[in-house]
Parts: sequence; structure tokens; C-alpha cells
Amino acid sequence: MRFTINGQAVEASVDLRTSLLDLLRDHLHLYGTKKGCNQGACGACTVLVDGNRINSCLALAVQYQDRAVTTVEGLAGEHGLHPLQQAFIEHDGFQCGYCTPGQLCSAIGMAAEAERGVPSAVTADLSAGPVVLDHDELRERMSGNLCRCGAYNGIVEAITQTLVTGAAE
Amino acid sequence: MSIVDTVKQAVTGAVTGAMVRLTPDAPVDPLATKHGALGRSVPRVDGPLKVGGQARFAAEVPVEGLTYAALVYSTIAHGRIVTLDTAEAVAAPGVVLVMTHENAPRMAPPAIFMSNPRAAGASDLPIMQDPSIHWNGEPVALVLADTQEQADHAASLVRVSYEAAQADLSFDQARAQAHAPDSVLGEPARIAIGDAEAALAAAPYRVDLSYRTPRHSHGAIEPHAATVLWEGDKLVVHDATQMLHATQWTLAGIFGIREEDIRILSPFVGGGFGGKGLWSHQILAIAAAKLSKRPVRIALSREGVFRVAGGRTTTGQRVALGANADGTLAALIHTGVAAMTAHNNCPEQFTFPARHLYAAGSFLLEQKVADIHMLANTFMRAPGESVGTFALETALDELAEAMALDPIELRRRIEPDKDPTSGRAFSSRHLLEAYAKGAERFGWSQRPAPRSRREGEWLVGMGVATATYPYYRMPGGSARIRLTAEGAVVQMGSHEMGMGTATAQAQHAADRLGLPLERVRFEYGDTDLPPGTIAGGSSQTVSIAAALLAAHEVLVAQLLKLAGNDSPLGGLKAAEVEARDGGLHHKEDTGRGESYASILARAGRAEVVAQAEAPRPMEVMKHSMHSYGAQFCEVRVSAVTGEVRVSRFLGSFDCGRILNPQTARSQFRGGIIMGLGLALMEETEFDERTGRIMNPSLAEYHVPVHLDVPEIDVIWTDIPDPHSPLGAHGIGEIGITGVGAAVANAIHNATGRRVRELPITLDKLL
Amino acid sequence: MRAFSYARAEDASAAVRLAGASARARYLGGGTNLVDLMRETVEQPDALVDVTALPAAIEARSDGSILIGAGASNTAVAADLAVRTRFPALARAILAGASGQIRNMATVGGNILQRTRCTYFYDDASRCNKRAPGAGCDAIDGFNRIHAILGASPACVATHPSDMCVALAALDATVHLQGHGGSRTMRLVDLHRLPGGRPHVETELQRDELITAVELPALPFAAGSTYRKVRDRASYAFALVSVAAALDVGPDGTVRDVRLALGGVAHKPWRASIAEAALRGRPATADSFRDAADAELADAAGLRHNAFKIDLARRTVAATLEGLAGGDRT
Ligand SMILES: Cc1cc2nc3c(=O)[nH]c(=O)nc-3n(C[C@H](O)[C@H](O)[C@H](O)COP(=O)(O)OP(=O)(O)OC[C@H]3O[C@@H](n4cnc5c(N)ncnc54)[C@H](O)[C@@H]3O)c2cc1C
Ligand code: FES
Ligand code: FES
Repeated sequence: MRFTINGQAVEASVDLRTSLLDLLRDHLHLYGTKKGCNQGACGACTVLVDGNRINSCLALAVQYQDRAVTTVEGLAGEHGLHPLQQAFIEHDGFQCGYCTPGQLCSAIGMAAEAERGVPSAVTADLSAGPVVLDHDELRERMSGNLCRCGAYNGIVEAITQTLVTGAAE
Repeated sequence: MSIVDTVKQAVTGAVTGAMVRLTPDAPVDPLATKHGALGRSVPRVDGPLKVGGQARFAAEVPVEGLTYAALVYSTIAHGRIVTLDTAEAVAAPGVVLVMTHENAPRMAPPAIFMSNPRAAGASDLPIMQDPSIHWNGEPVALVLADTQEQADHAASLVRVSYEAAQADLSFDQARAQAHAPDSVLGEPARIAIGDAEAALAAAPYRVDLSYRTPRHSHGAIEPHAATVLWEGDKLVVHDATQMLHATQWTLAGIFGIREEDIRILSPFVGGGFGGKGLWSHQILAIAAAKLSKRPVRIALSREGVFRVAGGRTTTGQRVALGANADGTLAALIHTGVAAMTAHNNCPEQFTFPARHLYAAGSFLLEQKVADIHMLANTFMRAPGESVGTFALETALDELAEAMALDPIELRRRIEPDKDPTSGRAFSSRHLLEAYAKGAERFGWSQRPAPRSRREGEWLVGMGVATATYPYYRMPGGSARIRLTAEGAVVQMGSHEMGMGTATAQAQHAADRLGLPLERVRFEYGDTDLPPGTIAGGSSQTVSIAAALLAAHEVLVAQLLKLAGNDSPLGGLKAAEVEARDGGLHHKEDTGRGESYASILARAGRAEVVAQAEAPRPMEVMKHSMHSYGAQFCEVRVSAVTGEVRVSRFLGSFDCGRILNPQTARSQFRGGIIMGLGLALMEETEFDERTGRIMNPSLAEYHVPVHLDVPEIDVIWTDIPDPHSPLGAHGIGEIGITGVGAAVANAIHNATGRRVRELPITLDKLL
Repeated sequence: MRAFSYARAEDASAAVRLAGASARARYLGGGTNLVDLMRETVEQPDALVDVTALPAAIEARSDGSILIGAGASNTAVAADLAVRTRFPALARAILAGASGQIRNMATVGGNILQRTRCTYFYDDASRCNKRAPGAGCDAIDGFNRIHAILGASPACVATHPSDMCVALAALDATVHLQGHGGSRTMRLVDLHRLPGGRPHVETELQRDELITAVELPALPFAAGSTYRKVRDRASYAFALVSVAAALDVGPDGTVRDVRLALGGVAHKPWRASIAEAALRGRPATADSFRDAADAELADAAGLRHNAFKIDLARRTVAATLEGLAGGDRT
């Protein structure tokens, strides 16, 4: 099977039963992506596939051949941490750090969805218009990422500062 | 862990009660009031690793030739295995070993908590040594294979048949036979002062109420895991644990090997909350590694976490309060029963808050345990205090309502001047200040009359409750300081599960040594380091601090000796110098001192190493030491569906000196959020017909998600405790206490309904 | 998880052919339900036929209807402007389900055929007539908070967990199918079965029959439709009760037409036809809405932990309709 992971072409021969998550962790030793439940219920395993966030634990690797996968290891640029990673540190958007890679990837995918105008369960008017990522919108859209340490406030602050346009003012 | 016991054992081994009282207080730590690195919001030192995905957790250590383990769990609660058919599993592709009680190596049962200060066993049941079954979900086989997929599949091929024995599973039935535990964490199970029942009967105002709280799961997002290697006779375990050295000692006993031959590493723990202790999975993985002569990784599935690692137990409680017309308490009764097993020691100390919080003319505080055939329950964030404050603090709210008193005013009238049951002086108690500050900031005066504020379909209400948690400091920890011209490294086998330990202790070391923060590092998470204490009972910060303080005294003595008489420090005694600006200096004569680099250079030394053990925690024997807080909550309850949304929350705390405001705020918030889960949604479903946990999943065991959590405001008194190292108290657990009651009281204010059984799901409000 | 073969189908015919080649083949959509159940050994297919490459187009036709390819992701459907304006109840129902990540993975076909969340169904140590026909049902006397109040049987009290299907049921959706015997269409409300004595047979689909598309017929007043979901936490939880509704009120204030379906209450998405009939021609008032809800729930039966759903469903139906009728809903 062939994949592009964090911009690099990767070949792997794995069991058909192997999830994308286990491929990353156990076979490619990219342990940044976390396993919290293996049930689709926590979001710790969130990665970006062609820019879309998914739960890699419920994704069979075989189904994602030839796709471009971005993990937490691929977020930083040449000049160091991604601004969102930096903001997580500044706003204390984590404690144990175990849900963090999933929160980061999810937030980046989430911002792209909002940019495309994808509505959410709390969007008042579905009929159109750009999405404004206010406090409720952000929290609803990030609700697929559990944080048992309870770093939610810091996470929301970090995302607001980094990914919400106009929030700086 | 046997917090009080361990402390007492250490202290009373050497001194009796009378001597304790005669022993002078330790001098106030000068750092308790000094502002340096401490008191600042320093970002976490492990931040870049964690946000970069580079922090390696227990299941993430790469090892050559690794095998993967999967467990098979019993499906009955009590009885024995009759047949075990492993043939198909053994023959499955990739399988390296199938281990059952028939071929497992002989292992001694784990030493249970409290049997020794270093015992870590959650239960003293033997592990896979015989066909007997003690709980539904007990591991009956372990399968090792070359990949996790192969192991999981082969595990599903193991066939087991059982002969069931009668099992005690119903809490209500077992309650009828409830008995007193030997002690409740070293404290008596029953405290009676005066005739509380008579005083209650005679009191002009009375409430007498029953409460139920369910089982809870810690729900750390990192499932329990270990990577195990035998290197000859030496054992290396990469574990996710909050009790490194205790695990080392206990494993030595189980496997009959020397402690020195065991190394446990746990640099990162993906959430603990009391749950990351020594359970059967690590022991089974070590046994399997021994049998197979291969390294083993055991990473529990989420279901496995629920089957193998216990959580908070269920309780039934009674709180009865008798009040005089002036709002003082004539009687305070808090009694009840917690479910436990015959093989563990965790009675969920729900009567502890009532022992210290309020003045009353008489007390009856008594708790019992009911034996159930279930997985050993364990300590989970504020064991006892979390569910105990739910009962006590909602009962007080009901009493306030009955007396037409503001609930905060009621607490003013029952504020004690000394510990009401032990009679000891409080070391530091500013609960009423916390209430006053919180009320002001939260806008408590705007609290509506019950069921009087409505916005559309939403009923709005406010509630308040007291938070409290004891101050503990664990004995037995040692710290080592390695000082070089470049800076210092402090080493102690302690734990970082997200509390910010590594950051706060680096701040501490910087101030203690008078070095800039960039030049100090705190090393932890490895039994090769000097022994740490457990990360439990909110004790770790002060336990480390006390050891570091002791090591620093040794270091200063060594440095003065090294400096000798040619130094500007020549002739000075330790008491006359202080550490600052990268060296030692005379306390008053600011010009007189010498840098560490200079002392070391003249002595021709590359480094000085000082190690010392923390002194015994005498302060807890002399004083009544507790943390306090006032939890303020605003809820919105749908008049249509009963859905509850927490719209505002404020925690106002009195927890000694706050060392790092940012990480402290996060800890408080984390506790409060777990408290919101406890209040509104969390319940481990234990099927009393079978003893099986039916929702072993994060989809069905609900913890709060982003949208459940408002921005949580946290403030504190920041008043140092003169009797604790750094003037600090632990803050990991107090956040969850009082939250259940604050939410329940707010719901009552919004709806007029009292709910006395957790969680307060919407069906209870329809 | 058992070993299986994997093949990716380029079109519907290929998918059906590939499935036919194995004894226990399953179509693989996003895998968010199937992979989970395979790990639990509840599902043990010997072959997976990946159908995510099947048409995913969302075709908004000029007659007001919409045709959605079964391969469309849940996110794509909810984000589609035509769906949002013509059938907001559908967009809202999808958005109320699962999480952003799962909606990105999940397909329309998979969502329709997702299986119950009954915890006894998931646990292989428990008795379940779905998993092992004739074994018995441990949910009836067990934890049954999430279970059915309508249409249940002594053999099974499970619920269908989908949110999307509740909206589809209300909106008269038709499902396009292709099987070994050719293609056909079926009303979504006829696709899922009530448990009766054979709860393991969950749908009217034939062996290897593939969902290729879902069609929503034009329904102008559905532009004002909505979906309300009641659950145990604010997000990322299955419905205890949910309501999809569209209401057409005439100038005289009477109900001209109405579409109503309930979720979380039955083994299938529950089209509330009794309530609909009771409402047509009646004044669009709170009393009518309550009466209609009462009529629909007249035969509802509660178990130990789920009886509250009867009252909850009644209240949620009434409040949702009131909201649509222009009542104050904040
Ligand atoms: C934690 C969690 C929370 C969730 N919460 C919700 C919720 O709140 N509300 C909700 O509605 N859902 C919820 N879901 C369920 C989710 O919506 C479904 O898992 C998803 O819609 C299934 O789609 P899929 O494409 O992944 O299906 P798959 O898992 O791929 O398939 C499911 C079934 O459909 C069959 N199938 C797939 N495609 C076709 C086809 N074209 N034709 C015929 N058969 C087909 C498969 O063979 C399989 O039997 C949740 C899931 C999880 C894991
Ligand atoms: S590990 Fe994938 S959602 Fe939890
Ligand atoms: S930081 Fe620990 S789970 Fe989120």
C-alpha cells in the first residue's frame, strides 16, 4: 500500500485489518497520533486526509491508499511550530497532552470546513452566508474531541486567536 | 492510596501524639511569600513536545521484536473456570503465546495499598493463578502475537466455560449487610460527638435526606498501557503510572526479584485522576514476557480499561441537619454505605468533608462498606470528597431554604473556629473570604427566587456549594540536586500527568537556587532517580517541594564547605546566607557573596550533588490542614425537555500560595469540568444481574464535551499556608468537590426541583 | 477482527458482483459503524466491498427534488446549499449526529444501515436476539434507557440510532437500490423493519442489495422544516428522542399539511402518521400539537429506564411544532 504522509511517499505492507491509526503508530512509528478509544468516540486519533479531518481509528488503512495524510508531526513548518501549536502552549490548551494532537488536527480541519461554509448544529440560519466561528460554533464543532483533563477553555482560546479571522481585534 | 495511614505510620513510628504537639513548627518557608519564577504563569516546559506529537507515552516506546498482548475477560462475576480451550487461538497466525492460569508463572498476590507505605496493589487477589473468578471482566487469558490485529483476533478464539457461584451484586441487598471497614484511610469509620440523633429530633429546623451516587470511570484519554522488557534478570517497564516507586516495590514482591533489578519509566502519563495504578494488565504482561522471552506491549482497549482498571464506587448516603433558630447547627449527621470488594481497601471517604467543614453541637459521621463481587474500586479524583460534598452541600442548601437564609449566610453562621471534630487549629482557612470574593465576582446577589427567571423555554438559576479537600504530604521522597556552573538539574522519581509538576518544580528550583528558570531542569518519571512519592491525594507538589527544600539545605552546607575561607562567604553559616543571582550571598550584606561557577571553579569541581529525604510531615499531625473553595454555578434548564446547560461557572479557591497561575487555573478547571460530568452525565452502568459493566465505551460513558463547558472563571485567595513548603497546597482534586452540589442547587433554583441522585439527567427533571 | 478480503468497486454493478462472490460480504462505506462492530466481533464479514467510490453527486433538480448519491459524505449532504434551503431538517439532522470527523467519513448509505447502539447487542457476553437469534434479550430487564417505546417486541427493544434517517422518513425520501435482480426503489419508511419475532432481520433489503442513492421529492413547505434532538450531553451523543418536522399552515391558521417523524423511540425511524392525520385541517395551536402527539404516543410503552421518553417525545413534538407555527422558541 502507498500513502503520502506529511508530504512524504510511504510504502507499507500491512494486514488488511490494520487501521490508518495503527499503520501510523505501530508500523510507521508516527506515535504523535493517539489512540484513546478505538471506537470513534474521543477524537484523539484525528488526522487530516486531503485536508479533511477524520478519526483514523475507524479508518481501514487499505481504504486510504494513495491519499495525502497529515498528522501532528506534519503541522510544524520550516520555521518551527504551527501558530496553533504555539497558541496551545500560550493558552495552556492541554494538560496531559494526550488529546492534543487530535485537537490540533481537528481544529485545522474544522477551520477549513467553516471557511468552506459548512454549517453546524448551532448555526442559526442554514440558508447561506459565511460562518462566523463564535464561541458556540467553535465548541460545537470541536465537540468530537474529548479532553478529560478539561483543557477546553484554553483550546478554544488558542483556536480563536489563531484560526478565527478577525478575532485578533 | 492510604494517604493518611502512610503519613501517620511515618510520624507515629517515631513520635507520639503528645510529642507531636510539643514539636515546634518548621520555620515558614521564605519562598512562601517571595516572588520570582514562582507565582508567574510560566508556560509548560513539556509544551513543545506535547503539541509536536513528540512526547512518548507508555505504548509508544519502539522496541525490536515486540509482541502485542490482548486479554480475554471472564463473563461471570463469581465462580470458576471449568474448561479452557485455547487450541484454536494457539494455532492462529502470528500467535506467540496463550497464557492462562494453567501455564502462567507463579506470582505472589500484589501487596495491597496500606499494607506497606510502598504497596501499590489495587487488590490483593492473586492474578491468573487459579481457576477462580472474582468479578465479571477478570482476565482469564492473555494472547501474545506479532501484531495487535493477530492478538485481538486470536483472543476472540479462546473458549472458556464456567461454573457460576452465587454472586453478591445488588447494592441494595448488600447494604443490608454493610459492615464497618477497619478504618477509612487510617481515620475511624465512625465519629460520634454528643447525641446527634436526639439533637436532630429536638432542633427547630431539620432536613433528613438520602442520596445516591453511581460508579464513575476516570476516563483518562490514554488507555492504560505498558511496554515490558526482560533484559536477563532485569525488568524494564515503560508504564503509565502515578506511583512509580510503589509499583517497583510491589512488582518485586509479586515476581520475587530484587527492587534494584526493576526499572519503571513513566515520563508522560495521558491522564491519571487516580486510575493509573498497578492493575493486573502490567503484571500479566510481565509474566507473558517472562514466559515468551519476548518484549511485550499491552495497551488496553477502552473496554479493557473498564474491565481491568477500577473506578469510583457507588454510594448511598444520608445527611441530616438540625439547626437552631440562629442558624447554628445543633446536629450534623452524615452516614452511608459504599460498595467495595472483600479484596480491596477503598471505602470512598464521603464523610470526610463533614469532619472538618462546619461547627455543630453534635456529630454522627459514620460510613460502612457493602461487599460486592466486582472489579476493585479505587481512588478517583477526590475520592469521597467529590460525592460526599454532593450530599452535604445540597442538604445545606435545603436547610438554608427551609430557614429562608441565604446559603452563603448559613455557611457564615456555621463557620468553626477550630477543627470541629479533631479540635486542632486550622493551619490556614479562608473559606469565607473565598465565598465573599466569589459572590462579588459572580453576581450572587442577582440570584433569583426559585423558578422565577425564565428566558424563552429556559429556566435560569444559580447555586453555590463549598469545595474542600485535605492537605496531604507524603513521606519517603528524596530529591537530588546536581549543580554545575551552567545550572542545576533536580531529580526525583515523580510524575507528570498534566498537573504541570515539571514546570512548577522547575520554577521552585529556580527560586530555591537563585537561578534563572532557563538554567534549571526537573527530571522525573524514572525509578532510577531518587524515590518520589505517589501522585495522589493532591500531595505531590508539596511532597516534592519538601524534599527539594531538604536537599537544598544539604547543598548549601556543601557549597559553604567548598567555598572555604578564601571565599567572600568564608565564615558564614548556612542560616546567614541565601541563594540568589546564581550564587550564595549574605542575607543582609548584599555585596558579600560568590557565584556557584566561581565556587566550583576554585574547588576544581565540575558539579556538586546533594540529596536528601523530606522530613516527616509533622504539620499534618499538628494542624487541621485543608483546602477550601466556593463553587458558583448558573444553569439553564429547558422547561420542555429537562436538558441542563451550565451557562456560567466560577470557582473561588483558598489553596495556599498559587505557584503557577496558568497551570493552576487549568487544574481547577479540569476538576470543575469532571465535576460537571459527575453532576450531569457520568455513570458506569453495572448490571446487577451479571455484575457486568455495560457501557465500556467513551460513546456510551458520557464525559463533558467542548459544548458542555462554558468559560470557567477561577479566582483564589493566594494566602500562603505558613505551615507548608512554599506555603502551597495541592490543587489537583479540590476542583471537582462541591461541583455536583453547586449544579444541583442551581437546578433547584431554576426549576424548584431537588434531585438527590446522580447524575442529574433530564428524565429526573421532566 | 476476522481476516477478510478487500475490493474497491468502481460502480454499482461491480459492487453487487463483488459482493455476490463471497458468502458473507459487506459493503464498506466510511466504516465508522462497520469497523467498530467488526472489532467487537458483532460483524464478521469475509469480504469488504468498498463503495465509497460510488457516485456521490448531489443533484438539485429544477422540480424541487434532490437526488443524493449513496457515496456522498454526511458532511457533503449537510453542507449542500440546495439541501440546506429546500430541506433544512435533513441538514440539521445530519449535523446533530456524531462529530465533524465522523460526518466527514460517513456515507449516506452507511448512515441508513448503521446498527443499533444497544449495549447488549455490542457485548458478546450478553444475550441478544439480533446477534444470536433465539438467544433472548438482556436489554428488556437491563439498562434500557436508550431503548424503544414504540413498535418494540418481546424479542427486541432496540432503537435505530440514525438522526439523518429521521429527517429522511419525515421528508418522504425514496431509496434507490441495486441488487442481483436489478434495481428498484423503496420508500425509506419501508426500508427498516420493526423487530417482531425476527429482530436480526433489520431491513427489507435483499442479499447484497446496495443503496445507490436517496431521493427527496419536492416539498415546498419543507423549506421551513427543522430537526430537534434531545440527548444526554450538549453534543456528540445519540438521541434520546428527536423530532423532524415540517409544517404548512394556511392563512386561516389551520394546518394544511405536516410531516413528522421521531427518532430514538423505535427500531426504525418513526414516521408519525397518526399525529400527521390528527393535525391536518386542525388549527395550528399548542393544543392541537399536544393532542396530535398524544395520539401518536397512545400505544407507547415504557420499560424500567426509558418510560420518561413517552413524556419527553410528547413535549418535544409539541414544542417543535409550536416553534414552526411561529411560537416563541429561544
Ligand atoms: C462515537 C460515534 C457517535 C455517533 N453518533 C451518532 C449520532 O449522534 N447520530 C447518528 O445518526 N449517528 C451517529 N453515529 C453513527 C454514524 O452516523 C454512522 O456510523 C455512520 O453514518 C455510518 O456510515 P458509514 O459510511 O461509516 O457506514 P459503514 O460503517 O461503512 O457501514 C454501515 C453499514 O452500512 C452498510 N453499507 C454501507 N454503505 C452501503 C450501501 N451503499 N449500500 C448498502 N449497504 C451499505 C455496511 O455494509 C454496514 O453494514 C455515531 C458513530 C460513532 C462511532
Ligand atoms: S481513538 Fe479514534 S476516536 Fe478515539
Ligand atoms: S490534555 Fe489530557 S486529555 Fe486533553
